[in-house]
Amino acid sequence: MGEDFLQNFEIAIKVNNLNLWYGDNNALKEISIDIPKNKVTSLIGPSGCGKSTFIRCINRMNDLVRTCSIEGEVLVYDEDIYNEDIDVVELRKKVGMVFQKPNPFPMSIAENITYGPKIHGIKNKNELNRIVEQSLKAAALWDEVSDRLDKSALDLSGGQQQRLCIARTLAVNPEIILFDEPCSALDPISTAKIEELIMNLKKDYTIVIVTHNMQQAARISNYTAYFLHGKIMEYGDTEQIFENPRVKSTEDYITGRFG
Amino acid sequence: MVFKRRHKEKLIEATLFWIGSLTIIILILICLFLFRDALTLFSTHSFYSFVTGSLWYPTADPPLYGLIPLLLGSVLVTFGAICISVPLGITSAIYISEIASPRVASFLKPFIEILAGIPSVVYGFFGLVVLAPYLQLWLDLSTGQVALTGSVMLAVMALPTIISISEDAISSIPSSIREGSLAMGATNWQTIYKVVLPAALSGISAAVMLGMGRAIGETMTVMMVTGNAAVIPGMPEGIVESVRTMTATIALEMGEVPIGSEHYHALFAVGSVLFIMTFLINLAADIIKKKYRFKLEGS
Amino acid sequence: MNVNAKLTEKIAFGFIGASIFTVVLFVCIILYYIISNGYPALSWEFFTSMPRNRMMEGGIYPALIGTISLIIGSMLAALPFGILAAVYLNEYAKPGKIKWVIEMAINNLAGTPSVVFGLFGLALFVRYFGFGPSVIAASLTLGILVLPIVIRSSQEALLAVPMEYRQASLALGVTRWQTTKSMVLPAALPGIVTGSILSIGRVAGETAPILFTGAAYFLPRVPNSIFDQFMALPYHLYVLATSGIDIEGTRHIQYGTALVLLLVVLGVNSIAILIRRHYKKKLRLN
Ligand SMILES: Nc1ncnc2c1ncn2[C@@H]1O[C@H](COP(=O)(O)OP(=O)(O)O)[C@@H](O)[C@H]1O
Ligand SMILES: [Mg+2]
Repeated sequence: MGEDFLQNFEIAIKVNNLNLWYGDNNALKEISIDIPKNKVTSLIGPSGCGKSTFIRCINRMNDLVRTCSIEGEVLVYDEDIYNEDIDVVELRKKVGMVFQKPNPFPMSIAENITYGPKIHGIKNKNELNRIVEQSLKAAALWDEVSDRLDKSALDLSGGQQQRLCIARTLAVNPEIILFDEPCSALDPISTAKIEELIMNLKKDYTIVIVTHNMQQAARISNYTAYFLHGKIMEYGDTEQIFENPRVKSTEDYITGRFG
Repeated sequence: MVFKRRHKEKLIEATLFWIGSLTIIILILICLFLFRDALTLFSTHSFYSFVTGSLWYPTADPPLYGLIPLLLGSVLVTFGAICISVPLGITSAIYISEIASPRVASFLKPFIEILAGIPSVVYGFFGLVVLAPYLQLWLDLSTGQVALTGSVMLAVMALPTIISISEDAISSIPSSIREGSLAMGATNWQTIYKVVLPAALSGISAAVMLGMGRAIGETMTVMMVTGNAAVIPGMPEGIVESVRTMTATIALEMGEVPIGSEHYHALFAVGSVLFIMTFLINLAADIIKKKYRFKLEGS
Repeated sequence: MNVNAKLTEKIAFGFIGASIFTVVLFVCIILYYIISNGYPALSWEFFTSMPRNRMMEGGIYPALIGTISLIIGSMLAALPFGILAAVYLNEYAKPGKIKWVIEMAINNLAGTPSVVFGLFGLALFVRYFGFGPSVIAASLTLGILVLPIVIRSSQEALLAVPMEYRQASLALGVTRWQTTKSMVLPAALPGIVTGSILSIGRVAGETAPILFTGAAYFLPRVPNSIFDQFMALPYHLYVLATSGIDIEGTRHIQYGTALVLLLVVLGVNSIAILIRRHYKKKLRLN
């Protein structure tokens, strides 16, 4: 599936002929896509077209849906993640996820961050403190909360909660981070902060982001894939997709004649 | 390490499965232990005379283990209790869910919770020292420890079950149904009577069944207030005479029988009958409840 | 609207009002009798002294201790199994036959008469396991009796934990069991505690299940091991009220015991309600 525009890049996620059903609803049809390392790739398309479904295939969160069945290959760093030998837990450590609605745990801010590392075996207090500070700094939240790390995370504003969720994900050292419409529940200022954060994160992480907001995709992503009815209609350089779409339905969607 | 962790998760899941199945295992064990000791009776005593015998007289020679007086005692007291608690319970549920303002309803609910919390021995004590003397006086009886006293106390005890489950059933009726009726010019009462109650009927029936199960299985209260005379109650005057229920018989006599004796096994046989009866009542309530949930969702 | 319909409504609502009034009146009368007659009997001595003079005088100390032992014993038995059974049902079990059968078994266990549990405890714990009439036999019997309550309330508490928490935890590469242990159970804890407290009330008040499994008519000492017999508040009340030596003359002790029982049960229930109120808001996401 080597797309020409990706020729010079290392590929983090490679999907071949992926089909997915919820019962007999064929929600993803023949998806093939290469997602490059340390770039931001955004997924756009009208709601219900399968963006969330697709992104949840990459860390196997769809395993939780009983009616869900899958065909095809999803390779993360050349490893087929639906292979029987794959440990889902290890996979999810490597592929983190930030959800649409901020969902901090009902614990203190610090405990939210240390939750993952502690369970993954880090006991040392200093080490945990270091992780808290580092993750919160990386999520651009440290300055706002450093004086109340032991206060409940549920008292933070929506935007702060979402950055806390990002920090929590960073704390387990993922290589890939999936964002499923992370700003759709946030105000414009919080959204701007998160966008800036995502652009900074791409130095160290491969980022896949689902977004409803085309300006957002245009602002932050290097590559964009346009989904419709469970298929990828077009995939390419973000600039090209927005300024010079090759497919009619992409153009319709982008110019707002659709969905 | 990955291998180890996966094994651990599998092991935990298997353990949890067995703990989850514990209730089934216990139920099977109850059947086993109850029926085993009950069936022993029929190696020395005829099954037919146990089921149809009209005399419970374990100390006679030969001893008589006739179930009928105990069964009728239980049925009579339970029937009386249901006659009192069903109208009271259903109307109270209507009041709480359809008529009372939220503030009044939240004031009333703790009363129902208190009723549910009072231990049965305290109900029995109250029935014995307060209600029985009054009934004796009012109805001019030779003793106040009669079936009616038991029925009244059991009715009070069954109320919380009947009220809370009926209330659930009534409040789960979508308000669009009520509004439809009111919009046609029906009064509040007509709406409740003709639309809400019929729609909630199976839920309310389940409530009545469970209340009945509660009443028939109650031990301490009836034992303390019904006088415990093991005779076939007359109908209808038996309601103001002393009776003895299955539960009271077990509780009263088990303490005195030699373990493993024929009498001991006879009491287990009575217990088995009681268990089977409540099992069937609960099963019926479950099935009725399921049906009504299905019906509401279907419409 | 015709006059007839209005009149019918008035009459119907009159009846309904009368019936709810009757129910409330019942509660008030029962509470009034027990509290007003029981209150004078309460004193420090009543709680801390042995029954004396063939139970015609003195306190309820051994019965109080016996009931507390039963509470501890039955909770030790019922809590771990009940909570883990709820975890299985809510976090692991797939919808289907097995789950249906388990739910059915729980309902049936909840509806089984307490005297039947007494017979079962006698046959299994006292005789088959050979514990004899003892604290442990009675505790295990009561533990089984309250198992459905613990399971149901734990299930409710687990259900109140938002799905999002589980998802977020799993997405961090945390296993299902770790998620349950470190995230779901702590979040559900207040609800689980509420349910267990309600079952404490039940244990304290039940009489029929302990009749044949270890309750002693009169035993003027505290049990010296879990294999010893014991006195218990509800059975003590029953004995004094129906087969004591001077039934009329010990009414004040009976009322006092009834009031203590009532206080234990209602006190425990109100603590549960307070806990529920206090923690209700805390779980929600905004
Ligand atoms: N858990 C689920 N069970 C069944 N069907 C689902 C589930 N989640 C999504 N779907 C269906 O899959 C399709 C794609 O949904 P989704 O991936 O959520 O779309 P998007 O995120 O692009 O809005 C929709 O038709 C939706 O109804
Ligand atoms: Mg979506």
